[in-house]
Amino acid sequence: MIPGALRETVARDGERIVYVARDRLLAAMHWLKETPGQEFNYLVDVTAVEFRDRERPIEVVYFLRSLERRADIRIKVELPSTDELVVDSVWSLWHGADWLEREVYDMFGITFRGHPDLRRILMWETYAEGYPLRKSFPLRGRFSRAEQVRQALNANPEAHYSLEELSIAEAGGDLPEDMRDRLRRGERGVIPEPPPS
Amino acid sequence: MTKRTVELELATPGVDAQGRAARMPLKARAAEETAEPDLGAEHLLVNLGPQHPATHGVLRLVVELDGETVVRCIPHVGYLHSGFEKLGEYRHYNQIIPLTDRTDYLSPMSNNVGLALAAEKLMGIAITPRCTVLRVIACEMSRIISHMVWLGTTSIDLGAFTPFLWAFQQRERIYDLQEMWTGARLTTSLTRVGGLMADIPDRFVDKLREFTGDFPKTLDEIDRVLTRNAVWAGRTQGVGTLSAAEAITHSLSGPMLRASGVPYDVRKDKPYLGYETYDFDVVVGEHGDVYDRYLVRLEECYQSNRILQQALDRLPDGPINVDDPRVILPSKTRAMSDMEAMIFHFKQVMEGVKAPVGEAYVGIENPKGELGNYLVSDGTAKPVRWRIRPPSFINLSALPRMAEGHLLSDLIAINASVDIVMGEVDR
Repeated sequence: MIPGALRETVARDGERIVYVARDRLLAAMHWLKETPGQEFNYLVDVTAVEFRDRERPIEVVYFLRSLERRADIRIKVELPSTDELVVDSVWSLWHGADWLEREVYDMFGITFRGHPDLRRILMWETYAEGYPLRKSFPLRGRFSRAEQVRQALNANPEAHYSLEELSIAEAGGDLPEDMRDRLRRGERGVIPEPPPS
Repeated sequence: MTKRTVELELATPGVDAQGRAARMPLKARAAEETAEPDLGAEHLLVNLGPQHPATHGVLRLVVELDGETVVRCIPHVGYLHSGFEKLGEYRHYNQIIPLTDRTDYLSPMSNNVGLALAAEKLMGIAITPRCTVLRVIACEMSRIISHMVWLGTTSIDLGAFTPFLWAFQQRERIYDLQEMWTGARLTTSLTRVGGLMADIPDRFVDKLREFTGDFPKTLDEIDRVLTRNAVWAGRTQGVGTLSAAEAITHSLSGPMLRASGVPYDVRKDKPYLGYETYDFDVVVGEHGDVYDRYLVRLEECYQSNRILQQALDRLPDGPINVDDPRVILPSKTRAMSDMEAMIFHFKQVMEGVKAPVGEAYVGIENPKGELGNYLVSDGTAKPVRWRIRPPSFINLSALPRMAEGHLLSDLIAINASVDIVMGEVDR
């Protein structure tokens, strides 16, 4: 029995889906990975699903596979959209979760507690329009085209160095003054509050 | 044709007297590296890309160097981010297919098949036998062109120009076939939910047979030029090594996973399109270095060629589309003359094909690794969520782990060995 399992269904492709309580996720994943007879040692994918029905909770979906048994399973965690979007990171179990969780964070704004380096991956670090794959995010972006162009033209060309890289350069002692300022301020994108709908 | 043998006094490191590429013991190599004197703590931050031919697209690597040794490698992706997954939520299932062309644009037909299979799984559609075999042909043609691009560009990265020309010549022949079949070389949009955009034209089978006959010769030539080449072996062996356990924990797939000695191939282990009925071998490496990835991809081309030949032998006659007017558009003449057909045509074009509530994930063995298409439907004609599991994105995430501790020039070899295509990494 998977620890923290709430209910089970079967997907249309015949795969088992198990919903797990949010606070038992790591226990469940650890059990699935280490228990003999389960041995789901391979993380296929991590993603999230937000439904058009805003009342429905956002789901974080984990695709697991046992390479020995050639078996798959899908684990889901539900995050009520009224609640804080936080879930434990599974990076300690599968390092492949690193970029996958960063992408979910980048696209959905779900925070993975315990992730070693949670920052945006597909959008740039100072991107301030929000989380593109959320249903509240308009297809053409939150800012107007004029505003996007204005921001792009005014962008500091050095701003595409991440804070981590700036700190490496600062340790080397050859960082220009404006970049050192940026490092000191810890400048990142400011995510606007979603508009009241 | 007589086999040409080259007698050389090979005093080059990495090759033994018989001309076999001898493996350099990894331990000795590691000792060599640590024996280098430490020249102080002055590290250098180098920005590589996004416009750099050796990064295979708009990949940007920020590399912290100690002398020439990579201390830290921080990849930046997203320069080609197009929001395909978001766009997919605003499109009918058949309208998503052109988007898949543009993800992994080195194997467009294979991506088309992946999405169609996922949509069919979601809707519970069983495709016709002829369509199944034609899709296998499309997938294996894609594998060959993708591996040919990989071989060509990687050999250029490491200083061998000739294999590039040979590989691209063969790729051109497949592109001609793709053009014959779909009318496009790159944006093929081959599949439709429940079938294909078009049947293969006359002479396609003959031309493909001709290709499968000649193609192994080119592979043999590339094999002869590279596999025992001292420079090639020296630059690739023991570089970017990943053990099986590391490959698994980093979720690698495809040739990257198999080169590390994990025999997982979706075609064998979770078969789709009847791959279990074809006779082919899963190619598995041993050392998990750049050299083994090369060997795995080269051998996979031979195997794809075998599958193509078998598929051509068994290609059945019959329709390419399922007989279901709710899914497949009626022919133009019927839509213009038959009332019922016109209604179906109108409903499909205006409303799209509705999928039942539920979700489906289909992983297929793309040239780069496991391409997953995950579709979630709420009962309308547009998916709630379309997720691509991008193999080269996930394979690339292991790059820092592979590159750190190697030389900067090895970083180029390692990055090439991942076989990334930025259209798919960034989507």
